Amino acid sequence: MRNFLAILERELKSYFFSPVAYVVLGFFVLATGVAFYTIISWFNNYSMQSMMMAQQYRQMPPAINVNQLAIRPLFGNIAIIALLVVPGLTMRLFAEEKRQGTMELLATSPITNWQITLGKFASALIYYATMLLATGVFVGLLFIYGNPELLPILSGYLGLLLLGGCFIALGLLFSAFTENQIVALASAFFVNLIFVFLGWLGNFTGPTMSKVLGALSPLDHLEDFSKGVIDSTHVIFYLTFIFGGLFLTFVTVESSRWRGAR
Amino acid sequence: MIQVQNLTRYYGRTPAIQGVSFEVEKGEILGFLGPNAAGKTTTMRILTCYLPATSGSAKVAGFDVFNQSMDVRRRIGYLPEQPPLYTDMTVKAYLHFVAKIKGVDPRERKNRVNEVMEKTDITERQDQVIRKLSKGFKQRVGLAQAMVHNPDVLVLDEPTVGLDPNQIIEVRQLIKNLAGNHTIILSTHILPEVEMTCQRAVIISRGRVVAQDTIANMTQQKRGAGRLVLQVDGPAAPVRDKLASVAGVKKVHASSDNRYEVESEAGRDVRRELAQAVVQNGWGLLELRSKDKDFTLEEVFLNLTTEEGGANA
Repeated sequence: MRNFLAILERELKSYFFSPVAYVVLGFFVLATGVAFYTIISWFNNYSMQSMMMAQQYRQMPPAINVNQLAIRPLFGNIAIIALLVVPGLTMRLFAEEKRQGTMELLATSPITNWQITLGKFASALIYYATMLLATGVFVGLLFIYGNPELLPILSGYLGLLLLGGCFIALGLLFSAFTENQIVALASAFFVNLIFVFLGWLGNFTGPTMSKVLGALSPLDHLEDFSKGVIDSTHVIFYLTFIFGGLFLTFVTVESSRWRGAR
Repeated sequence: MIQVQNLTRYYGRTPAIQGVSFEVEKGEILGFLGPNAAGKTTTMRILTCYLPATSGSAKVAGFDVFNQSMDVRRRIGYLPEQPPLYTDMTVKAYLHFVAKIKGVDPRERKNRVNEVMEKTDITERQDQVIRKLSKGFKQRVGLAQAMVHNPDVLVLDEPTVGLDPNQIIEVRQLIKNLAGNHTIILSTHILPEVEMTCQRAVIISRGRVVAQDTIANMTQQKRGAGRLVLQVDGPAAPVRDKLASVAGVKKVHASSDNRYEVESEAGRDVRRELAQAVVQNGWGLLELRSKDKDFTLEEVFLNLTTEEGGANA
């Protein structure tokens, strides 16, 4: 535990002192902001129009659900943006250690590869959570000008955190493969895209195949969370995905010793 | 303190080291010599649990490096060829981190860090970011890192590389002072360094141990092979052939001015036979002297690592 914390602490400090992490954070918040702006503009138009329609036909104005029409698409967008930026967070985790030779320090210290892997994973997850927290500003604005429901928002964030965990586990794995950060970034990014592509590909296949592909795609499991449903199927999917990624990372780190690679 | 037995390590099909065996007593400084790519780093990496061996065994302080890896790691400090530094940290923060993962008691951590900074003379740089330090200081931070948990065994892979002559002397002195409490394995290309700091040396070439002994014995042993210089008044080619045919002579090398350099077998005095051979042929023996002076470790090293024939000292 103490070793895990030592790794975690060092990695976190390294994040908060590193310009790359702030660029990633800045890009994330900017992109989320643009998405938020677009969604809210559309939402405004939509509510104006439906009000006018209602007046025209002398009906009750329709109930417009902020959660459904603004927050849910926002979360969908955050997920896509996370997919793009998380590899930027994870690329250095192992690649940098290998390049600057510090892997040799860790590997000869009384500390296990699990402690190293988990410490690094946790640090990236915490940094990612900070990024998510920053998007809370946008949701906060909705609370000031409207009255969305809180619980679906919280469950949505939980979903985003789990989804991010998947991306981080994957990114960590690719960082363990190489000592070149750019290679780690590009390959993690590429595989993330494939997973998203799977869900999208489902739209063009038969009903059975569509279900299978959707079940494999991390993004498709997010929807229920932002509806306020915490379904154990999805939680288990995410946790399995994360653990699988971490396990493969552990194996990679452990085996590089056997292969005699640096 | 350290027992290495028949250690072999393959990278794919290429052997990096084969059947390496040696022992290091407690408190001793062992010099680990060899040309580049001889297998020094591989051996050190196996000892520090960084790499597993393909076969053979190594024990540090009685613990097996493979099966009791964590026990070994707690007792060993390692300075790799490239000092393993987190360049974005300050010296102090870095040493604290290393102390933590090496399992130094939290209450002692500060003292230990201050002590090793003092020893390696980096106290006044403690708040600097490592990236901005000169190579010499980085090397010293690397050395401090290896000692921070006060390990029984120190494994230093070329510790004086990149230091200026004054720093080299300081580091050597530091290493000498560490002996006694610590057992040290030191790899280097710089042979005088071994003569100055180590009691014993292991010479390794192409993955095999070609010599291991105290420095004194090593240079003496090789002195057994005699080298003589003769000046003979006579026709060059016959003289050379005649000298070469004398029993006990290994090599004859003709140089200018009717001089011949004769190398004899170890421990054999061939001066009498040589003189006889010259005189019997009616040539004039103008000079016969021994060219033997103390073999330097450098000569021993070159002898052992360049020609396979002399590989059984």
